[in-house]
Amino acid sequence: MTQTDPNDTAERLDRLERIVRDLLAEASRQGASAAEAAASSEAGLEISVRLGEVETVEHTRDNGLGITVYFGQRKGSSSTSDLSPEAVRDAVSAACAIASRTQADAYAGLADADLMARDLPELDLYHPWPLEPDAAIQLAVACEEAARAFDPRIVNSEGASVSTQAGIHVYSNSHGFVAGYPSTRHGLSCAVVAQEGESMQRDYWWTTARAAADLESAQEVGRRAGERTVARLGARQIGTRKVPVLFSPLTAAGLLRSFTSAISGSSLYRRSSFLLDRIDTRIFPDFVRIHELPHLRRCLGSAPFDGDGVATRAKDLVSEGILRTYLLDAYSARRLDLATTGNAGGVHNLHIEPGPLDRAGLLREMGTGLFVTELLGHGTNPVTGDYSRGAAGFWVEGGEIQFPVEEITIAGNLKEMFLGLVAVGNDCDFPGSTRTGSWLIREMTLAGD
Amino acid sequence: MTDAIAIARDQILSPAGLDTGHIEQLLGQLKTTAIDAADIYFQFSRLQSWMLEDGIIKDGNFNIERGAGLRAQSGEKTGFAYADEVQFETLLQAAKAARAIARSGGEGRVKLASQGEGRRLYEPIDPLGSLSDEDKVALLHRVDEEARRLDPRVRQVIASLVAVRDLVLIASDDGRLSADVRPLVRLNVSVIVEDGDRREQGASGGGARADLGYFLAEDRALGYAREAVHQALVNLDADAAPAGNMTVVLGPGWPGVLLHEAIGHGLEGDFNRKGTSAFAGRIGERVAAPGVTVVDDGTLAGRRGSLNLDDEGTPTQNTVLIEDGILRGYLQDRLNARLMGVASTGNGRRESYAHLPMPRMTNTYMLAGDRDPAEIIASVDKGLYAVNFGGGQVDITSGKFVFSASEAYLIEKGRVGRPVKGATLIGNGPDVLTRVSMIGNDLALDQGVGTCGKEGQSVPVGVGQPTLRVDGLTVGGTNG
Repeated sequence: MTQTDPNDTAERLDRLERIVRDLLAEASRQGASAAEAAASSEAGLEISVRLGEVETVEHTRDNGLGITVYFGQRKGSSSTSDLSPEAVRDAVSAACAIASRTQADAYAGLADADLMARDLPELDLYHPWPLEPDAAIQLAVACEEAARAFDPRIVNSEGASVSTQAGIHVYSNSHGFVAGYPSTRHGLSCAVVAQEGESMQRDYWWTTARAAADLESAQEVGRRAGERTVARLGARQIGTRKVPVLFSPLTAAGLLRSFTSAISGSSLYRRSSFLLDRIDTRIFPDFVRIHELPHLRRCLGSAPFDGDGVATRAKDLVSEGILRTYLLDAYSARRLDLATTGNAGGVHNLHIEPGPLDRAGLLREMGTGLFVTELLGHGTNPVTGDYSRGAAGFWVEGGEIQFPVEEITIAGNLKEMFLGLVAVGNDCDFPGSTRTGSWLIREMTLAGD
Repeated sequence: MTDAIAIARDQILSPAGLDTGHIEQLLGQLKTTAIDAADIYFQFSRLQSWMLEDGIIKDGNFNIERGAGLRAQSGEKTGFAYADEVQFETLLQAAKAARAIARSGGEGRVKLASQGEGRRLYEPIDPLGSLSDEDKVALLHRVDEEARRLDPRVRQVIASLVAVRDLVLIASDDGRLSADVRPLVRLNVSVIVEDGDRREQGASGGGARADLGYFLAEDRALGYAREAVHQALVNLDADAAPAGNMTVVLGPGWPGVLLHEAIGHGLEGDFNRKGTSAFAGRIGERVAAPGVTVVDDGTLAGRRGSLNLDDEGTPTQNTVLIEDGILRGYLQDRLNARLMGVASTGNGRRESYAHLPMPRMTNTYMLAGDRDPAEIIASVDKGLYAVNFGGGQVDITSGKFVFSASEAYLIEKGRVGRPVKGATLIGNGPDVLTRVSMIGNDLALDQGVGTCGKEGQSVPVGVGQPTLRVDGLTVGGTNG
């Protein structure tokens, strides 16, 4: 019940395209001057095991439909998980009713017709995994076993899970644009608990990909979950001080997200960004290049068009440390009197150019300081860039890891942290659409005991 | 027609041509010989929202979700399938998929009995229609005007109004058929203030299980606008926050997010059954100072975190977690209660029919002490007074938790002094409450804005506490 053959996929794509076309016709009948709709349909299987036994088997099946109607410059939206003709008609009526109460917004409307994506690239995003529950269970068991076998101090487990999903996404608007494509996403993850004396620690690892063949092996995911967990044993607090901080690739990806959020159109026109009016100015040191690559084949962040139907395109967000573009959709572009960048819905595959140093080289470069591997909480102020978060990681002296630390915070300001970036490593080690190595930042305030 | 079961029959079952007999048949399919427990959760949820920005009502949304989740459990195993069309054949398929968790044949027999209405913590109303659309957008305009009137430095105001009616019908293999009509309303205001090249944000809001008239009563909506502007202006003037371990006085109400993170999650039954919580096996031990009593209470009338029944049909209750400093209890759903040999505490909650229930908090708060809040502040020579917070997070295994202040002041020689910028506070759940040295007499609950995330599922919750003095929390400022 989870996977589908290609013919069935074509049929379902047709069905979804028919639903959104009918919906746009209905919107027009109800008086809308323009409309757009996105629909998706997904099915999948998720299983989890714990201590070698099955814990859950979930059959997932998710439909979704979102519609926006325009009456001139007034707008209304609705959404539903029910794709039946009656529900779709009701959704259109509900959106039209909303639009009768909203006010004219000079910037509202579809993206311009001549910006609609044409000649969609084939991105190779659809690789169904004909995985039976029993085989999924075996894989998860093998993953958890590898984690538990890593070290005798691993005494407990939160389990391992395997998931596979296949779905179809369609977008259409009243310019006559309708396009859709199928995609898949599979994953494997594991979390275990280690104990030594009074110290109990948990950590995890995972892999995710469009094709099952691109997943890390169950054994490797388990081994890394075990390794990461044991490394945290005996963690302690350290005293308050100013230190250089090395953000692991995974935590550095969070800094990149703060950056992309600050240059996104909605943050800018709402003046809710610490990077207002910074286009064409220096925000990083000159060795930094950050670019978006939306058309990478088989990649998790790839997409042929954005949420407005506008073609996505590769571009530098930052080169030589200078901010080269904002991330705009049609609406925010009109607000800012700029052109859309094809980023309605976000950024597609974000890469930062790796530098010459590997992990050991970065630690040596830092000398004495904090290597952060986990961040806790949401202490980022998007308006000022003030940054204060809980952290865990390792204390480093003489370029060598000394001991794990926890129950500390690190604080600074993102503007200064970006300019104070000393090096970006070539040690990217996590799966997903964002590719970055570790970031070494000159100085932050560490608070502890 | 106000009986919840009658409403559910009328709005979920009848349109699909289903009756009690069909549900009994589905439960029979789920409850094969090797299945210990099974249930079906039907949901019909409607949401309407309005958003004001730049002084105009810019967008609105209407959302409808309808579906059913079917669950079968055998020992520690759970099989789960759901359908977003309520239709007998589809549900039958889902039942077969879910019961495959146990390789056994046979077909169980379940006879359902409608549960009479228990207590009514909120009326079974539809808040979407409780104000006209015209009045809803007018309310947002008044909020916008109030925020802009207060100070010329207010540059941007975003205000939103959301009304939800969630109708659930729960049938379980023990023969209980129960239903709940759950209204939920929420109003949020966020502002950006600018003064020269300095900018700051402030946010406030509130909500309840009530109709939209809630925001008109007691001047609440305009009160949120004033709070958001106040917070933004305080932060505009704030100095760098201090860094290091110090005495912290937490204000009443929303700062109770401390309890949610430091204590609440670690006491959820699933983590304790599995032994992965820093609190596992510590019932009866001292985990807080004498005088500290913390409860999780799902039975408060009209509160955002309250429910007549949890999502497994169990009536919610007032569960004592910590009594006079001693750990007393965990929060349980049916699965973890069965496996730990105790009763469910009515904390089995799920985000929707498409998610599995697990032990979750409702309204978590500390009971009042006897100290005057002014006396608590006066007792501190040097420290931090934090009155408002954003969210928090906890690592339940190591026990380390954080929560981030969004409005805070220095305390100097017993007086509230200069405002300082937001900073994250970090501590250790199992011992932070042992350092509570004074408890105020001013217990307050939050304004109804909490949303808790766990394993990807969000549910509405509440928190609360009186003013507290905590001797030693790490404050994550930059001023070291």
